[in-house]
Amino acid sequence: MVCDVCKTNQATVFLTQIIDGKMQKVNLCEACSKEKGVTDPLSFALIDLLPGLGAETEVEQGAPVQRCPACGFSQADFKKTGRLGCPVCYDTFAEGLGGLLKAMHRRTTHTGKIPARLKRSMEFGARVKQLKTDLDKAVSEENYEAAAQLRDQLRELEKAK
Amino acid sequence: MNFSSLFASGAEWVRPDGPHHEIVISSRIRLARNLRGHPFPGWAKKNNRLQILELIKPEVEALPEMENAYSSYLQELSPIEKQLLVERHLISREHAAKGAGSAVVVNKKASLSIMINEEDHLRMQVLRPGLQLRSAFKALDKVDTALEAKLDYAFHSQLGYLTACPTNVGTGMRASAMIHLPGLVLSEQINQVIQAINKIGLAVRGLYGEGTEAMGNLFQISNQITLGEPEEEIIAELNKVIEKIIENEENARQVLLQKKPETLMDNIGRGFGILSHAYAMTSKEALNLLSFLKLGVDLGFFPPERQKEIDELFIITQPAHLQSNASQQKLTPEERDILRAEIIREKLKAFPPPNTSKIVLKRPPTEEIK
Repeated sequence: MVCDVCKTNQATVFLTQIIDGKMQKVNLCEACSKEKGVTDPLSFALIDLLPGLGAETEVEQGAPVQRCPACGFSQADFKKTGRLGCPVCYDTFAEGLGGLLKAMHRRTTHTGKIPARLKRSMEFGARVKQLKTDLDKAVSEENYEAAAQLRDQLRELEKAK
Repeated sequence: MNFSSLFASGAEWVRPDGPHHEIVISSRIRLARNLRGHPFPGWAKKNNRLQILELIKPEVEALPEMENAYSSYLQELSPIEKQLLVERHLISREHAAKGAGSAVVVNKKASLSIMINEEDHLRMQVLRPGLQLRSAFKALDKVDTALEAKLDYAFHSQLGYLTACPTNVGTGMRASAMIHLPGLVLSEQINQVIQAINKIGLAVRGLYGEGTEAMGNLFQISNQITLGEPEEEIIAELNKVIEKIIENEENARQVLLQKKPETLMDNIGRGFGILSHAYAMTSKEALNLLSFLKLGVDLGFFPPERQKEIDELFIITQPAHLQSNASQQKLTPEERDILRAEIIREKLKAFPPPNTSKIVLKRPPTEEIK
């Protein structure tokens, strides 16, 4: 493989960078990499300074650009605006956002106000889940008296819903 | 209520009262909310934004707090009217740039304002004079609870309230206070204080929020973290820091009075002199000099009842406020500077010169005559 810059020497330095979800590869020979100052893998951004290299060596990754199924927003749009497209984007881009949110807020779980409507259904869900766990435990321990009580409580709850 | 009566009644938060009003000008709580199943305003198509607007606006106008409110679509406002709302801190600069598809609703007292389709579907804020973050939050929380019964908010079981910008997700709340810190500026401690505030995760900004310059020794301090802490804790933490800053500012003023009374008197005296006699003045110069006049009242150089006039001058010398008072069509910046100086001179005519009789100056020892 020849060097992308001088096009003569054998390339020995291979750099890969992911920009906007697209992989870019640059191959350089020893001399050119030193000349361009890219011997340090941490100074990747210098690749951008190499004339014309970025666009020419752009390699499309197999996976298509990820878009939010609800609003069509893509990660590139987020890079451009710093804003998301719609509420569903938080789930669509959850993976990438996780680290960002942690860096911004230090924590990643909301502990503040919850809309009353959701609060009721969330509490209800948590209660049902707890009762079901207790019921399974009672059954496995063959504590049928307790199990019967728990089953009745569950039925009550379901009715109240 | 129409536009002019909104301004005739004056903004409640401008009143010089409220706890710690000498140093804390105003307290503000803002909540960001969005509707489930709709793109955020910045990504929504125009017809989508219009649809969201018509879902939200009637519910906002129906709030008991919004009885006799001022309500307007952004495209109905002239550039001057938009700027006036910005100068009163009733809408953001970002919202002022919006046209069709956005609206603003302000209550009669101009203490509660709700922007529709700003960066988020709903941006609601309560403004109070002095340090009143807790009561401001209580008032806004009530409005939010009333709206959530009518509107289907986008809420995530792990992330809380979802917002267009990830920096607001969680509580969607920004609590901030506008504080006047001439003592810390004059004693050159302000940079140290700002760095300390930044270090604990709070932001310090200029007069009109994000990306604006600090003028008139006025600083806005606010929380940056919105996820992982309940609203009350965020406010308690901010309150604690502000109380500490108040203490620092008071100390700085006392130290200046004792160690550098000439510096203080020079700034206040010059401020008074220039403001009373200038014939052209930029808004930045006016703010910076008015800051020293305000400090003069706090330190007893001027009678306390003069506070109100100074606070008023802070507002009415802003560009759009000047324009709205002018009879002619559009003032050039030079004409504005002339008008501003005229208004200030007029106001200060009845103002007594600074009374510095209580200050004991330590004169350099003079040689005794033998």
